[in-house]
Amino acid sequence: MSLWSLALRNLLRNRRRSLATLLAMVVGLVAILLFGGYRSNILYGTQTGFVQHTGHLQIQRQGYFLDGGDNPAAHGIADYPRWIAAIQRDAVLAPMVAVVTPTLQLGGIAGNFAAGVSRSVMATGLIPEDHNRMLAWNDYRVVSYAQPLPLVGTREDTVMVGTGVARKLRLCKLLGDSDCVPTPARATDAGDPAPHDIAALSSIERADQPPIAENRIEMLAAAAHGAPNVASLGVIQASNMGIKALDDVYMAMHLHQAQRLIYGAGPAQVTAIIIQLQHTRDTPLARQRLSELLAGASGDQPLEVLDFETLNPIYGQTNEFMDSMFGFISLLIGVIVLFTIGNTMSTAVVERTVEIGTLRALGQRRSGIRRLFMCEALLLGGIGAVLGVLGALVIAHLINHSGWSWIPPGYSYAYLILVRVGQDPALLAGSVTGMMVVTVLSAWWPANRAARLMIVDALRHA
Amino acid sequence: MHPVSLRNVGKTYRLDAVDVPALSQINIDIRPGGFTVIAGPSGSGKTTLLNLIGCLDRPDHGEIVVAGQAVHAMPDDALSDFRARHIGFVFQNFNLLPVLTACENVEYPLVLAGVAAPERKKRVRALIDAVGLSNRRHNRPGQLSGGQRQRVAIARALATEPMLVLADEPTANLDSQTGAEIIGLMRTMQRERGVSFVFSSHDPQVRAEADEVILIRDGRIGAAAEHTGTTGG
Repeated sequence: MSLWSLALRNLLRNRRRSLATLLAMVVGLVAILLFGGYRSNILYGTQTGFVQHTGHLQIQRQGYFLDGGDNPAAHGIADYPRWIAAIQRDAVLAPMVAVVTPTLQLGGIAGNFAAGVSRSVMATGLIPEDHNRMLAWNDYRVVSYAQPLPLVGTREDTVMVGTGVARKLRLCKLLGDSDCVPTPARATDAGDPAPHDIAALSSIERADQPPIAENRIEMLAAAAHGAPNVASLGVIQASNMGIKALDDVYMAMHLHQAQRLIYGAGPAQVTAIIIQLQHTRDTPLARQRLSELLAGASGDQPLEVLDFETLNPIYGQTNEFMDSMFGFISLLIGVIVLFTIGNTMSTAVVERTVEIGTLRALGQRRSGIRRLFMCEALLLGGIGAVLGVLGALVIAHLINHSGWSWIPPGYSYAYLILVRVGQDPALLAGSVTGMMVVTVLSAWWPANRAARLMIVDALRHA
Repeated sequence: MHPVSLRNVGKTYRLDAVDVPALSQINIDIRPGGFTVIAGPSGSGKTTLLNLIGCLDRPDHGEIVVAGQAVHAMPDDALSDFRARHIGFVFQNFNLLPVLTACENVEYPLVLAGVAAPERKKRVRALIDAVGLSNRRHNRPGQLSGGQRQRVAIARALATEPMLVLADEPTANLDSQTGAEIIGLMRTMQRERGVSFVFSSHDPQVRAEADEVILIRDGRIGAAAEHTGTTGG
């Protein structure tokens, strides 16, 4: 007859109370796991989105991230092909790396002069094939909303824009949106409303390229030496970028087109080399190796390595926000469970005082009494943990297949409500361990009180 | 050797701010293999004396020697182990563990004493048979009558083959016929096993069976111990 067997029988003698305690633990654990699963889904989903677009690491000119966003000409990396080749053949980095690709960020004004409208845009010059490989990254197997760029195999003057940009530029055919106000007929009838010098530049740019139907726009950007430069571009598609602020300014174009806009006929440069790794966990090691490579050979172009958390501060802020909420909810539930188990064990000690005296008279040591009550609490905790995990898995499955969705603050389309419980072993292990720790803590005081009872007082207890 | 010797033992309880002397200047020797009754009116100190002999409580002063060992200053864990090996208890309210069967109740002290499982099973079977509960061995206390419960308690007290069994008013909660049967059973077991039995009781049936009666009044031993001499010892 083991202590565990005796503990189990003691739990079963007052089934209603044990069940009520168990229920409190199960509900508490299910709540923690579901919220934890929801938090995990948001964090992994957010991380996946950022890594798909900005990679895990970027090599940039020092100061570009903080001060150079509006001046790519002054912060270009001239010898970027050399760095890309060095990364691809480095024995340490090569096995970790999924994609290495250059990118050029530039700002400008996009105009649909036929419609008499223009707006500021933030354009990204990229290699579409590389970018699409990056968009396929999904290490955590989350629901990915990334759509491949439609620029692969297109002419170099082809661009893709956010739906916000398309709406502002009245590219209604791309939107298929009945609310979109199409280009008014009088605008085309009235001739060219743009200033003469820009119109002239535009016409030069367009001279050898046939227009793409009605989705033709012009983009004005500041070139490397401060002069304005214009490119005529064909918009192939408008896509919802998820975040409205981004959707209203986003434009993706071929890298060579972006380089021509900024650097003209001069040496082509990029503002960053994006490194996307196979796994996020390799980021510190890869960053260290890149820093070593740069330290030895960046010459008169001081370069730095930035990780995706630095590049996307909102990720860290979201992480901290969700962590604080998860911690607060866990603390509340932990306190409730702590007092529930503590109350159950305290009641059991009072009810079984004579039994405790009897056991001590028969030769049970104080530590044996303490162990007996701790075993009872651990059994409760263990059964509660198993039922809580099973309950959370079942509810998570139901939620994940319910199709419920919501629009997060600042986003422009709905996201499915999903919870990652079974896919997050760390969450499961942490929550179950936490539950067992709370169980031990809550049972310790009553168990200790039982162990310290005077035998004669316990035997006299009515 | 006396199974129990007390020298100048005293015990005082503190109730609120008042000291209440329970025992003072107790000097007794319990005869080996005897059937000893501690008798006296309610509040005379019988149970306190039994608790001190059973190592359930500590004296304020004096020496207590049980089975040749001075127990009055023994550390708590050592005292627990000592009780597990050398002393059996029979309580007025039986004090069986309600979640265990009759057999398991008898077996529990053997678990505490570290007896191996096969030996435990053998001893439990023999004891349950000896107290006449062969057909009730798997019943829990709630399924047994008062007399049957006390039989289980007697078997439990004897399981570790102790040299001393203490019984606090063992017949108080039983009708007279069952009480007589229980006293008879204890007498039989005491004779068969040569164990020293010490009772606290004011039941005339118990006193009639005693080899020795120790009278106690107001926390002091009476002028002389009474020896019935009916059974020798």
